[in-house]
This record gives sequence, C-alpha cells and structure tokens, in this order.
Amino acid sequence: MAEFFNTGLGMVLLILAQCLLVLVPLLLALAFLMYADRKIWAAVMKRKGPNVVGVFGLMQSFADFLKYIVKEVVVPAGADKTVFFLAPMITFVLAVISWAVIPFNDGWVLSNINVAILYVFAVSSLEVYGVIMGGWASNSKYPFLGSLRSAAQMISYEVSIGLIIIGVVISSGSLNFGEIVRAQDGGYGLLSWYWLPHFPMVFLFFISALAETNRPPFDLPEAESELVAGYQVEYSSTPFLLFMIGELMAVVLMCALTTLLFFGGWLSPIPGLPDGIFWMVSKMFIVFFFFSMVKAITPRYRYDQLMRLGWKVFLPMSLVWVVFVAFMAKFEAFGGAYARWAVGG
Amino acid sequence: MSQSRYMTAAKYFLLFDFLKGFKLGMKYFFAPKATLNYPHEKGPLSPRFRGEHALRRYPNGEERCIACKLCEAVCPAQAITIDAEPRDDGSRRTTRYDIDMTKCIFCGFCQEACPVDAIVEGPNFEYSTETREELFYDKEKLLSNGDRWEAEIARNLELDAPYR
Repeated sequence: MAEFFNTGLGMVLLILAQCLLVLVPLLLALAFLMYADRKIWAAVMKRKGPNVVGVFGLMQSFADFLKYIVKEVVVPAGADKTVFFLAPMITFVLAVISWAVIPFNDGWVLSNINVAILYVFAVSSLEVYGVIMGGWASNSKYPFLGSLRSAAQMISYEVSIGLIIIGVVISSGSLNFGEIVRAQDGGYGLLSWYWLPHFPMVFLFFISALAETNRPPFDLPEAESELVAGYQVEYSSTPFLLFMIGELMAVVLMCALTTLLFFGGWLSPIPGLPDGIFWMVSKMFIVFFFFSMVKAITPRYRYDQLMRLGWKVFLPMSLVWVVFVAFMAKFEAFGGAYARWAVGG
Repeated sequence: MSQSRYMTAAKYFLLFDFLKGFKLGMKYFFAPKATLNYPHEKGPLSPRFRGEHALRRYPNGEERCIACKLCEAVCPAQAITIDAEPRDDGSRRTTRYDIDMTKCIFCGFCQEACPVDAIVEGPNFEYSTETREELFYDKEKLLSNGDRWEAEIARNLELDAPYR
C-alpha cells in the first residue's frame, strides 16, 4: 500500500482525497453557516428565522440549494455568454483554492508552502475579477455599476489588509501560516497571541475583511436600495448559487485568516489544554458570529464614507502601525512580543 | 448637547457606536421572538373584521336576501351585480348575486346597508385562488360561504351588536 502511494497515480489519488477531505466538510459547514447567519440575523430582529425545513430548519440551506439548481438559467440578451458563465465559476474556484494553504491543525494543510499568506492575498485580489466580469458580461446598467463599485472597494481595502498582514509577518518572521501560528505559541495561552500586541489592527483587519468580502455594512456592490442586487442582478439558478457560495466561502476564509493571524489558530486559549482543530473551528465560528452580528446591527455605509474610511483612516493607521511594529521588533520591546522569532521565544 | 471634538474622535476610534449597537443587538438576540408561525399560529381577529363575503340563511334554511339591491347601490367599487324576479311562491328573490372580489375594496358598506343581515363580510381571509376567474363569486359560492362560516359570523354579529 505504501509503495502504491509513491507511484504517480497513487500520489494523484492521495492529493485528490486530501482535497475532498477539506472541501466536503467545508461545503457542508458552509451550508450550516448560511443557516447560522440567517438565524443570527433573524434573532437580532426578534424574528425566528428559517424553522420549517428539518429540525429547527437545519436543512434550509439544502432546500435552497435544490431550489437553485432546478431553476432555469436565464441568460440576458446581448450578454457575453462566455464571460457571463466564467464569472461565477471564477468566483467559486478562487474562493475554494485559497483553502489549499489554510492549516486546520498543526500540519493539517493541503499544501505547506512558504509563501502561503502571499498566495491567499493574491487569490483574494483576483476575486475582484469574478465580480467585474459578472457585472460587465451581464450587459446591463445596475450590474455594471455594482461591479465598478465593488472593484474600487475591494482594491482600496486590500491595501490596508496587506499592510496589516505585513505587521503580523514582521512579528512572526514567516509567510507560512503554520509558522505564524507557532510563533504565537508563547506559553501564556491566549495572552501570547498576536491580538494583544497588534490590538488595534484586529479591528482594522476585521473591518477591512468586511469590506473585502462585500459584507454589510460595506455591501455597496449589491446595495438593494440602489442597485437591486448589484452584479448579481442578471444571474439566476446555478451561476447565482456559485456566486453565493463563493462569497460566503470568502467570508469564512476571512474568519480563518483572522483566527490564524491574530487568535492563534489551533492553539488552545488556556495553557495546559491540548491544542487542536477544535479550537481552530470554534474560533472561526466566533469570528463568523461577529461577521453576522455586524450585518445585523450596522446600517450600510455611503460610498464616499467607505472610500474615506479606506484611504484616509485605515491606510494611514496601518502604515503607521507597520513602522511601529518594525521598531518594536527591531528593539525587541515588551519582551520581544513583536518579534518572538528574533529572541527565539 | 454638543460634545467636544476630542470626545467625538475618541468615540469614533473606539467604535463606541458599534459597541452600543452590539449591546442592543445582543439584548434583542435573547429577547422573546415576535414571529407568528403563520399557517400554524394566527393572530386574533376583531368581530368587526371584514373578510370574505357570505350570504346568510334563516335557521329554517330560507335565504335572507330579498333582492332590495341596497348593497348594489351603495357599493363604491360597483363590485355587486344583482338580478331579481318573483319566485314561484310569490316572494321576491335574487336570480343572480355576483360579487367581483377583484373589484371589492372591503369597505363593509354592503353589510351596513343590508336590512336583513343577508350579505356579511365574514372572518375568512384565506381564499386566494390560482386564477382570476375564481374570484368572480356567484350566488351559489356566496351561499355556500354562508353555510360554511355561519357559526363564526353569527357569533361575531352577536359580539358586535352592543356597539351598533
């Protein structure tokens, strides 16, 4: 058996199995996260949310899934068919492939590459193409406006996300997620994670992640009141489903990134308790809960407010923070909290 | 009450409004839900509720309507059409009593105008149909409504009687 997995075919099968092992639980979890999102949103509004399909409505996402795939695919007249169908696929695929480098536990990662964080950053930058192509190929006004807004928004907030990540990378001394998490293992449980030394950046990262994934309060690309549904207007059936899954997957990816960069990934918050995938998943869910709560409690930003926040507040703040962290790391301040790699802690 | 610029800036950077909103959100998160599971649970209806129309009968089975056409005359939407001629026993009865439910505005004037409490608006509001034609009610449909909802209609009339 062991020899078989060393042959070419065996390797391919092994990698495929690993991919499925990540993808299938992820997609299943996504279905229930969609449900959780709607439930949380409903609860804040004193509604009950979906409660008909299955016990407590747990099967709602699967009912929706079935509904989406049996609907008719409508292609608008004058739409660029190739690009029109390419767009949702790109959104979906890009949202999925980022997970190749996300570790769920020590060493539980599909591809343990050294530039993992650059890879994720590059892929999430490419995601804007799905939106732009979808908006342009629809050959319709609202989708086009929505996609233009989205492009500007995603690019603006990528700048600050990138700078925040640079701060963390300076502290951990590695672009590999496993190394970043291990650098946060300082023996003080949750106090040695990067959320403490990088405290303000946690909020900046979280808010930028909201903007990056087009979540409320920054869901301007699909502002219902002005643009109906933005770049998704002309989409129906399975292409729309792919957009939805892609978007939600990007949100969950941002939860994973927040967890890995600032909240110690799979490390246990209390020294002495065993580390493991349980912590990773529960931390991701807590971050997701905050994503949902923000959706429920904040009104949508105006477009100029969004741009002002991105360029005039977040960009200078994160830029100053990078310089600050660099100094702190260089002079090993606070017992080397900003540069644990440098002092060998 | 105006705040100093520093206070405003501090609140802005400490996400003060967001935290307040979060607190309020969590309060409602655990609050009892206001949702009514509609087909299984229904809200209370007043006895005066003006729902689907019905033509009532006397306890002996004789229809109440005497074809005075007051309802037809008062109907502001002109949704009611009545034809009448003497029956074999000499009493005046309707041969046709149509209500176009797509025209009706549910003002309740027809039941106010009726001298014999024949046409009433009952408590039923769940009579949606798949075609428009099904909403052109004729005499037969209205009488069967009356037979079906008589118990509720009679109780509502009795409850509302002191206020008339």
